[in-house]
Amino acid sequence: MRRQVPLFITFFVGTLLIVSVFIPPMENLGEDFTLFFDIIAVFAFFLGGGNLLRVHLTKLYRKSPDWGFSVVTVVGFFLMLAAGLFKIGNPGDISASVTAEGSMFQTMFNNVVLPLQSTMYALLAFFIASASYRAFRAKNREATILLVAAFIILLGRTPFGMMLTAWIPDSWSVLQVPNLAIWIMNSPNLAGQRAILIGIGLGVVSMSLRIILGIERTYLGDDR
Amino acid sequence: MDISNFLAAVLTLGIFSFLYKDNPVYRACEAIFVGVSAGYWAIVFFFDNLQKKFWEGVFPPDGSAGDHLLWFGAILGVLMLFRLSSKIGWIARWPLAFIVGATAGLYMITYFVSNAMNQVADTMLSLIVVNDVTGSIIWTQTIGALVVAVGVISGLVYFFFSKEHKGVFGATAKVGIWFLMITFGASFGYTVMSRMSLLIGRMSFLFRDWLGLIG
Repeated sequence: MRRQVPLFITFFVGTLLIVSVFIPPMENLGEDFTLFFDIIAVFAFFLGGGNLLRVHLTKLYRKSPDWGFSVVTVVGFFLMLAAGLFKIGNPGDISASVTAEGSMFQTMFNNVVLPLQSTMYALLAFFIASASYRAFRAKNREATILLVAAFIILLGRTPFGMMLTAWIPDSWSVLQVPNLAIWIMNSPNLAGQRAILIGIGLGVVSMSLRIILGIERTYLGDDR
Repeated sequence: MDISNFLAAVLTLGIFSFLYKDNPVYRACEAIFVGVSAGYWAIVFFFDNLQKKFWEGVFPPDGSAGDHLLWFGAILGVLMLFRLSSKIGWIARWPLAFIVGATAGLYMITYFVSNAMNQVADTMLSLIVVNDVTGSIIWTQTIGALVVAVGVISGLVYFFFSKEHKGVFGATAKVGIWFLMITFGASFGYTVMSRMSLLIGRMSFLFRDWLGLIG
């Protein structure tokens, strides 16, 4: 029951979806199943949210080091939940969209989630500078190629790159940095992307077959 | 002063304070981000998926016949919650098996078509590009087509690990690595650009929208 039933479900559902592609009345089965995924995802998210609460409330209860930050997390979580569930400050009535402009939920998203999220990513600009230094130390041929490609792409997307090679005559315009960047994107980069995509495609087919046939079982976890 | 702008600015500066060193202000901002984001997505999932897709699907507001097949998804979702029990937690594997099996079945076909077949078809084009009107060879496009063909083949040779990379095969794989390095370089360049543009966006928010120092 613990392993055989899930393995059978995986085999049955996987095979059904593959077969459905070749049977016209069943071709929308994939869309129906995607709808099921969305519904299951809500419950999975409840589990995730519950787990977040459990971890932080345990830290609070035990007064673990830095428990104060757990208070902040829990308060933030419940504040957002309350703002969304009770539609606090929503300009429409209770039936209006939760993301309506002016509602507390949307205001918190615009002024808390968005700035924090974009600043977190913007912070990476500084760390990517040190990563660039490591990557751009051309220690071998491969690193040099990576360096040159990245450098041309970076320069090609800035006015400085255009200014730098503006003197090159139009008959040799392909050597101007912005055009060179476009050529790199459309030719060698495209070739590399395609090789990777074909590799991913074949890899997904192979992994899907392994899962459907029950060879790959790691998603079932251990037997506890 | 606009309180919402002020709040966003304080949080922005709090995150940037990490550049000096890990500090309580940064960690507080990080904790706010975790809590508020989790709350945000819980609500979005609840209203978009559970209310709109499930509830309004089963009981349409216009009174039309509902799609009772959606109960199947809800039952699987409830089974997922069995994971909370230490005794019957193994039942949660059923919805998981459903998701894994369905994803494998769906992706096997779609990825094979979009990533393998379509990419191969797009590569199998004429290597010599000719101007339709004059009949002369367009050298830039011809060189581009050749580069793409050589790059895809050599890149695939590099990914073929069932044969030792020696001799002609090894040399072709080496050329494949060079093409892959150009791809990684290009991706790296774009990542740097996107992070920089985000940084410029935050600076622009701080100095223009909040402080009003720039026009």
